[in-house]
Amino acid sequence: MDIRRLFTLVLLLLATIAFGQDHDHSDHDGHDHDAELQGDDHHKEGGFAGGHHDICTFHHEVTPENFSAQQIAFHHIADANVYSIGPLQLPLPAILWSKDGGLDFFLSSKFDFDRLGHGTGHNAHNRYIMDGGAIRRITDPSFPDGTVEIDGLKHKHETTEDGKDKEVTYVCYDGKEYRTDAESTLDGGMFGGGLTSFHDFSITKNVTAMIIVTLLMFLVFRHIAKKYKERDGKAPHGVQGFMEPIFLFIRDEVLVPFLGDKSDRYMPFIMSLFFFILALNLFGQVPFLGGANVTGSLSVTLVLAVLAFLVTNLSGKKDYWQHIFWMPGVPAWVKTILTPVEFLGVFIKPITLMLRLFANITAGHIVVIIFVSLIFIFGNVGTNIGGAIGGAIGSTVLTLFMMAIELLVAFIQAFVFAILTTSYIGAAVEEHHH
Amino acid sequence: MTGTLAAIGAGLAVIGAGIGIGNIGSKAMEAIARQPEAVGDIRSNMILMAALIEGAALIAIILAFFG
Repeated sequence: MDIRRLFTLVLLLLATIAFGQDHDHSDHDGHDHDAELQGDDHHKEGGFAGGHHDICTFHHEVTPENFSAQQIAFHHIADANVYSIGPLQLPLPAILWSKDGGLDFFLSSKFDFDRLGHGTGHNAHNRYIMDGGAIRRITDPSFPDGTVEIDGLKHKHETTEDGKDKEVTYVCYDGKEYRTDAESTLDGGMFGGGLTSFHDFSITKNVTAMIIVTLLMFLVFRHIAKKYKERDGKAPHGVQGFMEPIFLFIRDEVLVPFLGDKSDRYMPFIMSLFFFILALNLFGQVPFLGGANVTGSLSVTLVLAVLAFLVTNLSGKKDYWQHIFWMPGVPAWVKTILTPVEFLGVFIKPITLMLRLFANITAGHIVVIIFVSLIFIFGNVGTNIGGAIGGAIGSTVLTLFMMAIELLVAFIQAFVFAILTTSYIGAAVEEHHH
Repeated sequence: MTGTLAAIGAGLAVIGAGIGIGNIGSKAMEAIARQPEAVGDIRSNMILMAALIEGAALIAIILAFFG
């Protein structure tokens, strides 16, 4: 047998067993669930009132009843205040601001989360807590400031005013339960998530990945630029030889057809967009390296789309604006319909840019995670090792297939973002002759 | 119930986009078969058109789930 194949199989088996052991210690047989939970020393006393969500704990217990692949997928594509390499959790700087608490700047290790865990903090710091890698804030001002050890977290399902089911985290401390805000959303809750009393400007997992990738790109391109000066007139060599065809492809297939002789002016912008998106798409695909879903985060694609919007409209010539507000050669009654449509189009174009990249990358990540979850679904969350092995084999095949497709999507989406931005700029700078 | 309706809406959007992108693919294949030397131009235009259709479908899907 091929040694590589054997190695992969052994690794897979080990992974299956490790995952199985991690999750089945409280629920070996799948029944007698509550009785065993009470004997589990993860749980502090003070809240065995009933179902699973009424227990103060630091360890999110996964059982066949509450296992939700959807929840796991959304947790893994979300941004976090810890950087995870495989099961290892590394602290990141947290920069938090709230109206009543002011600015807070500290390392997220202050929350005292398990280095090999899910990023749930055992401490509260200045009323901030960490739940599953995400920082939340305790709303009650009577909670003590400074670093305090808490007794655990509780997750409760609540119904919001508009009838939606929402999970709220409660902090157990000193025999009382304190409600926490949702995770901070910098958009002020416009895209869901609800208003929060604090803003999270932290160097999160996504920001770290972005910094790493930007540095890497800077070094690579500086190296290439130097090589072009040194080896003037000679054939490309090394990394230079790898990047040159990609660079030329974008220049010849994207820039020149749409911009013609103006393409040199917009080349730095389009090339930066393309390589930034491509590098982040590929970086997010590397397993066990954080898997930061940067281009699958709406805030990042929003900024990229706003840049495309600004460049397009600031370089818009007279003809571009005329075609939007007063299309020539069209009867007046058609203009009354056409003008609003064209005007909306100015904003819809960048919005689709933003959504396309976000949805494609996020969908890919979710599908991969759902395929990996097949192991737990078939294995009944660690209670059925045979099913888990079957699920592992099936999910390996499906995940490999999906990863291959995602590799293609990483290139196509970077290309599509670049070509669409170029075509919008091309339409804006074009000069017509009527 | 909202979840189910949203899923149906997303599914409908995908049907439309699927028909559209399928048409683009089939016509592009025909065009390449007729003029193999124009494969580069056809390919990039095909991707551009598919991306535009996808944009409309994505807006529908996002509205279905978040609207």
